[in-house]
Amino acid sequence: MNANNHLKIKKKIKRFFITLLILFVVFVDIYPLFWMITASLKQPSEFVTKAAYALNSGFYFQNYIDAWTKGNMSLFFRNSLMNTCVSIVFITMITVTMSFALVKMDWKLRKIADQYIAFGIMVPFTTAMIPLFQIFSKMHLIDTRTCLILIYVSTSVSFSVFLTSGYMRSLSDEILEAAVIDGCGIHGLLFRIVIPLIKNAIITNVVIQFFFKWNDLLAAMTFVSSKRLKTVQTGLLYFTDEFGTKNWGAIFASVSICVIPMLIMYLFLNKRVIEGMTAGATKG
Amino acid sequence: MKKVLGNKKAIALYMVPGLLLYTCFLIVPVIWSFYYTVFDGSPGIKWQFCGLDNYIKLFTDKQFMQALIVNCKYIVIVMTGQILLGLAMALMFHFWLRHCKSLVRTIVFFPVVLPVVAVAQLFTKIYEVQPYYGLLNSVLANIGLEKHVQAWLGQKSTALGSLSAMDIWTSIGFYAIIFYGALLDVSQDVVEAARIDGARSFQLFRYILLPLIRPIMVVCLVFSFTGTVKMFDSALALTGGGPSGATKSLSLYMYSVAFTYSKVGYASIIAIVVFLICVVGSFFIKKLDRDVTC
Repeated sequence: MNANNHLKIKKKIKRFFITLLILFVVFVDIYPLFWMITASLKQPSEFVTKAAYALNSGFYFQNYIDAWTKGNMSLFFRNSLMNTCVSIVFITMITVTMSFALVKMDWKLRKIADQYIAFGIMVPFTTAMIPLFQIFSKMHLIDTRTCLILIYVSTSVSFSVFLTSGYMRSLSDEILEAAVIDGCGIHGLLFRIVIPLIKNAIITNVVIQFFFKWNDLLAAMTFVSSKRLKTVQTGLLYFTDEFGTKNWGAIFASVSICVIPMLIMYLFLNKRVIEGMTAGATKG
Repeated sequence: MKKVLGNKKAIALYMVPGLLLYTCFLIVPVIWSFYYTVFDGSPGIKWQFCGLDNYIKLFTDKQFMQALIVNCKYIVIVMTGQILLGLAMALMFHFWLRHCKSLVRTIVFFPVVLPVVAVAQLFTKIYEVQPYYGLLNSVLANIGLEKHVQAWLGQKSTALGSLSAMDIWTSIGFYAIIFYGALLDVSQDVVEAARIDGARSFQLFRYILLPLIRPIMVVCLVFSFTGTVKMFDSALALTGGGPSGATKSLSLYMYSVAFTYSKVGYASIIAIVVFLICVVGSFFIKKLDRDVTC
């Protein structure tokens, strides 16, 4: 009896420490973001008088207004949204048609084309960047939105096609056959049968491409230099110059403006995001 | 059936736009950069053929060597952190976590999707010492460790470590979730059987789980390796390569050679070196795996 009790207590203590450890891990993941949001609501004086980890004493939304107007976040935000959305429309069109042709259609060079596309997953963008810069300056496209969108679309073809092909393969051929026997043409087959069936794959791809393009820094900072075309990321990079090192509230507010859309999207779509991003590892 | 799916016009319509973009703006530039390596200067300005001079220069360039060393250190630190901590976290969730599994999963993965620049701005403020103490320093100062308050990003000895800590923080969720998925796929019966046979926790891990999640382990190693070789965004946004080159990676060095010093040919070689390290490294990781299994 006594020994049994002893064992129970031991188990409870172990359980307690395990819970503590897990809470600690979650805390480490969440706290910096929580700190950022509280700090974005602090008044300038609070940074001087209180320790950095103190909670905000009020809700000082002026920081957000400053970031949005004086810090040009509204402009950067619009640019990022524009670049991302336009490229996603093209990426989606290209991906769906290509993966359909590569997986379900019947032609000689299919295998080779498939391998050729897959090769792109390995190529680091930095290797292509220097010649790309020369190509675009010959085309007089440096510092335009077009060039960024072209880059975004062409660099994501490989991964998107790889992701979508996986789903396309699991689509049974019988359905396609039945549709063809009923007199469906090739375009009808794609748009009326295949696209509705792989809707989920398309949405997953759109969501993760949104994250990838929204977060892009390298291309945006290399190919665009004028202020009116800057994206959120390149804007944020030089934010401290704009606000000085002392105006922490406004800097935190700008970072929050950059992070909060991601947070909201992630809250609703986290299953798809996780699935899409880890697909590269678990399927390949 | 065959006639419809073999429709040549449709295939061309579906394939050509994508292939064209992919070829023109990704594959051609990659090949082109090999051609650039035998030239000095930058196209249009003092652009001349220089044979293999750039290749020779690579071996005597001290800055290149420094960047290579920094990059290697970074690879070792971050890879170890990502793989070991990621695995530890996955094991913890799998065996110890009883409630809110999907909530914890969602939270842990979240930093992965954050923009690097935003994370770097946030961490700059965490490590800050001037004009106010950042989060880390203010915690240290208030728990009686004032002597450890320092400019984490401003000195050579701590900059790379601070950068690595940030990158591990952002990416660990990715590895934890992948390992966790792999552990879920391990059949419960196998674990039970080993337990009944008297395997202790470590033995269970070493002889049962590790061999079973091996394929995923290799994939993670490759991902982690190629990701860390390319080290660029986070270093640029957090430290800009400084202080005095302590966090300057190969890609950052390449970037400054190409766009600040306008030595496009030489920069192309560095870009190719990065690419080759990725390919050769991944190849060796995969080969190592095959050798051990046999």
